[in-house]
This record gives sequence, C-alpha cells and structure tokens, in this order.
Amino acid sequence: MLKTRIIPCLDVADGRVVKGVNFVNLIDAGDPVEAAKAYDAAGADELTFLDIHATHENRGTMFDLVTRTAEQCFMPLTVGGGVRTPEDVRALLLAGADKVSFNSAAVADPDVVARSADRFGSQCIVVAIDAKTVSPGKWEIFTHGGRKPTGVDAIEFARTVAAKGAGEILLTSMDRDGTKGGYNLPLTRAIADAVSIPVIASGGVGTLDHLVEGVTEGHASAVLAASIFHFGTYTIGEAKAHMAAAGIPMRLT
Amino acid sequence: MALTVLVDYDSGNLHSAEKAFQRMAAEVDAGEILVSGRPEDVARADRIVLPGDGAFPACRTALGEHGGLFEAIEESVRRQGRPFMGICVGMQMMASWGREYTDTPGFDWVGGEVTRITPSDSALKVPHMGWNDLVIDNPHPVLDGVQTGDHAYFVHSYAFRVANPVERLAHVDYGGDITAIIGTANMVGTQFHPEKSQATGLRIIANFLRWKP
Repeated sequence: MLKTRIIPCLDVADGRVVKGVNFVNLIDAGDPVEAAKAYDAAGADELTFLDIHATHENRGTMFDLVTRTAEQCFMPLTVGGGVRTPEDVRALLLAGADKVSFNSAAVADPDVVARSADRFGSQCIVVAIDAKTVSPGKWEIFTHGGRKPTGVDAIEFARTVAAKGAGEILLTSMDRDGTKGGYNLPLTRAIADAVSIPVIASGGVGTLDHLVEGVTEGHASAVLAASIFHFGTYTIGEAKAHMAAAGIPMRLT
Repeated sequence: MALTVLVDYDSGNLHSAEKAFQRMAAEVDAGEILVSGRPEDVARADRIVLPGDGAFPACRTALGEHGGLFEAIEESVRRQGRPFMGICVGMQMMASWGREYTDTPGFDWVGGEVTRITPSDSALKVPHMGWNDLVIDNPHPVLDGVQTGDHAYFVHSYAFRVANPVERLAHVDYGGDITAIIGTANMVGTQFHPEKSQATGLRIIANFLRWKP
C-alpha cells in the first residue's frame, strides 16, 4: 500500500537555512546539507528546498547545495524558487534534484509546465500554488510571496497545470502559512478532489493533528511542514507514529 | 578494475544514481562507476545500468539516436551476458512493448508490455508517487537481505505487466498489483528508484554490483 509522505521544507537563502534548524547533533544549524542529512536519518519521506531569494546571481550557490545534498542523502529531493524555464529544470535535475517546482512562472505561462513535462517527464515537475481565500469557497492564486494577486482561480489553475502534465501540486494556503492554526482544509480538499495528481498540503501546521487532518479531511497525498520539525517541537518519528495511530498508512522506519 | 557504466542518454537525473552507485561500489569493492553515453564505453563495461525518466517512446528514441547505443546494450547484455540493471523507464525498456502514447518496441528481454496504471479504486492518484511496501514474489541474489514489507520509492504512471510470473521478482499493491522488480538470466530491473530508497535501495545496488549471474 502506498504510504502518506511527510515532507520537511527548508527555506534557503544564499545557501543557508533561513531561521536555522534547531536540532541537537547538528554541527552547523544553518547548513542545509547538515539539516538534510538529519532529516534523512530521521526517516523523512522526501525533502524540499525552497530558494526564497532566488536571483540569477545566487543560482550557483543553490546548485552547489543540491549537488552536495544528493551526494549524501539517498532520498527524494524537490527544489523550488526562481524556476522559470525548462532550462532551469534541466540545470537543477543535473545538479541532483529529483523534482523541480514551478511557481510564478507557471501562473504567467502555464505552457512552461507542458514544455518541461514533455522533455523531462511529469514525475519531476511540481507546480507550487499559493492561494488565498477571496470569498467563501473561492480561492485565488497569489504570487511574489503572497503579495501579488493574479485574478486566477486556484481550482481552475490546478486543473490546468494537471492537464499540462504537472506530476504533483504543492498547495500552500497563504491565509494559514505561519499561523500554526492548521491547513486550510476546504481549500486542500477542493484542489485534491479536482485533480488526479497527488497534492501536498502546506501552510499552517502547528500540531500533529493538523497533519492528520490534512490527509483525512484535506485528502492530501503528502503533508509538508517546516517549523514544527525545524524547531524540534516534534520529530519525524513522532509525527509518523501519530498519523499511523490515526489510521493513516505511514512508512515507519 | 571492474567497470560499471551508467548509460547517459539525456534521460533524467543521473547525478543521484551515480552517487549511490559510487557509494556502494566503494563499499563492496566493485571498481569504477562511469556515466557515459558512448557505445564504446558500454561495449567495454563489465556491468550496465540503464536509468530513465520520462516517456517510453522518448527514451527509446534517445537510445536510438546516440550512435548505436541501443545496439551496443543489446550486444553486451543479450549476447555477451553482462549483468544489467534497468531503473524506472530503464526497466520498462526491457519489455516487449511500451504502450505509452503509441506502441513502441522495447528490448524484448522480458516478455510483457508497459501500460498505464489504472487503480481499481478511482480515488487513487496517478502517478503512483511515494513509498510503497514490496511483496517478494521470487527470491533472487539481487534481493539478498530485502524482505516483504521493505519500502521503496516509486514515481511512475505506467507499469510493466510481466507475461511470465517467474520473471516478476516483486510487486506492490496500488489498487491492484504493480510490478516492482523483474529479473531473468543476467538482467534485473526495478520500477522504483533504488538510489532514492534509502537503506533498502542501497542494499539492492550493492547486491547488483556483487552479482555474478
């Protein structure tokens, strides 16, 4: 049986983890490679690096980071932030990423998803959707870290990118992100039920029950969280045990 | 020194496969790992690994475009009997036919066809993406130490329906059986990514590097 995935997400800027990762045993809490190794050992199912200040000048730093991580962590790695073209996808795949995530570029031109999926396969193309509630039961895509409204309906956009060959959707609720109040479950369920590809729930996790709800009520195939793991509030093992106890199939290691 | 060639035909991510094979080659003293798309390197390799991501027809076309790579692999594996491991679409290439988009012939080393996954439960998503637990169907030296219940990492929308059950070494359940590992004579293949499957995957790589069919 396929297991529900737990995915820690590391925000990276200029090759360093933003806010750091608060584990014991880490030689350098700001080094994404050290954090990745710790999560690998802890049994995380995948890992995501998000380059939050992606600029042309600092791409080399990100490639180097991805390469060093892939040399030491034999687990799936998704990289996002500043990905605009199929060439960007290719460069990150060659550096060692397993999946590459589009965000604003896919909103501006959904065909970039099709061009990338045709060339590299749907399995490595993720589309990150940042959505905000605009009225009950209606969600709009925002770009530029949630600052820029696009007028694009989130559910329609999810259907579009799925049809263009995206292999997965990383769905972040901008209303919930950073609140620790739990995922936006109606949004998550609306998107997960609208597409046949897996949806990763993101934004707002504060407790282990939030992870459970993301799957049971949000219908997500995977749950992403950052701070609850980085700050050591919960371990990956505790999260998996809690979800398994709630009846969700988990890979217990 | 023994040489294992990871065939590079511009399909997908070779870096993580290269690093995983290098790590395990050092551990089991299996010699050198070389990533190459040159038929002459395939011809001199002691072992051949064919990775692959993307669509079956595109991969088959790419193998044909690399100056006789398809023929070099065929010669080395089928006629010279060198150990071969296919990964993901590289494993699917071992089939008689790929039915993705159009009908494309594969190496035809393992009888069967590669068809779209159609889970019996329509709530199950395609691609089949994530960790699934293996059910071992037939023991094999490459599966030494790997047991039913061990997890491997899958990302695919098409699966290999193996004609002869003896050649299906392991499967997983995803609204029906999905072939996970195949093997015949000097050839094995994994639908999942051993280079992404943590300890279980590294063990399979090490076993392959030591395998003397």
